[in-house]
Amino acid sequence: MASSSSLSSSFSPSMGFDFDEKPHVLAVDDNSIDRKVMEKLLINSACKVTTAENGKMALKYLGLADGQHPNHSDLRVNMIITYYCIPGMTGYELLKRIKKSPTMKEIAVVIVSSENIPMRIKQRLEEGAQEFLLKPLQPSDVTKLRCHIKKLKNPSEGRLCRGK
Amino acid sequence: MDLLSQLQRQLADFTASLYREGFVDDQFTQLQKLQDESSPEFVVEVVSLFFEDCEKLVNNMAKALEQQVVDFKQVDSHVHQLKGSSSSIGAARIKNVCIAFKTFCEAQNREGCLRCLQQVNHEHAQLKTNLQTLFTLERQIVANGGSIPAMQ
Repeated sequence: MASSSSLSSSFSPSMGFDFDEKPHVLAVDDNSIDRKVMEKLLINSACKVTTAENGKMALKYLGLADGQHPNHSDLRVNMIITYYCIPGMTGYELLKRIKKSPTMKEIAVVIVSSENIPMRIKQRLEEGAQEFLLKPLQPSDVTKLRCHIKKLKNPSEGRLCRGK
Repeated sequence: MDLLSQLQRQLADFTASLYREGFVDDQFTQLQKLQDESSPEFVVEVVSLFFEDCEKLVNNMAKALEQQVVDFKQVDSHVHQLKGSSSSIGAARIKNVCIAFKTFCEAQNREGCLRCLQQVNHEHAQLKTNLQTLFTLERQIVANGGSIPAMQ
């Protein structure tokens, strides 16, 4: 594991340092068990994790909620993984909101579903989503995601993508 | 055979039977693989969370099914939650009951739903007992100087 940072990873994401540190993933799921499992999967894959139980909380965290000022230039989120089927705001609706934001639209959004979604919806998701995965997530899925994050941060660097 | 070896043999046999009888599936193995020194109680924690959640959902389903006019969409959403979490921890039998349960919700079949609810209760109780046995064996192994296979 390559880590040139001299700061511990206990600093909160809003510190704004962007050397080669752990990717910060925001995981959104209304199921508390799935949140816990997803969190552990990501932590085991050397990611920093913040969880939210629905789209509204996720937007609030990102500073994109109605009435909020998007003043989070120091907030570093590398990827958002959201469950598709959350009551109140689906993963698709969350994806749209994020893609509309000038500050957050570059963040990779991954949609997770527990069943195969109809093709037409999948097509719409693929317009904005980085990847589309089935629950339950496997370690190999997370490895794939980490590669995406690495490529986004350093297009020329792929050496940390460990194949399984 | 010394005590530790006996315990390890017991654990191996017991675990094998849980898989064989379909109580747990490969997803449970995945869950165990996630446990490490930084979170040595991870599986126990997730499983406890699951059982708490299961009880809550079952209560909600029961209440909804007691109503004069049953809101099957409500029941279905609870079943959906339970199906999701049981799938995530590898509770195969409970997951399978949920699959059937969903069909009855969609068909708005109250009797079918009530039968499934009973089954969920039954499977929940069985799994709880089985996993408690598993965790007890694991603790005994660790207490006797051994380590749990999945953590190696």
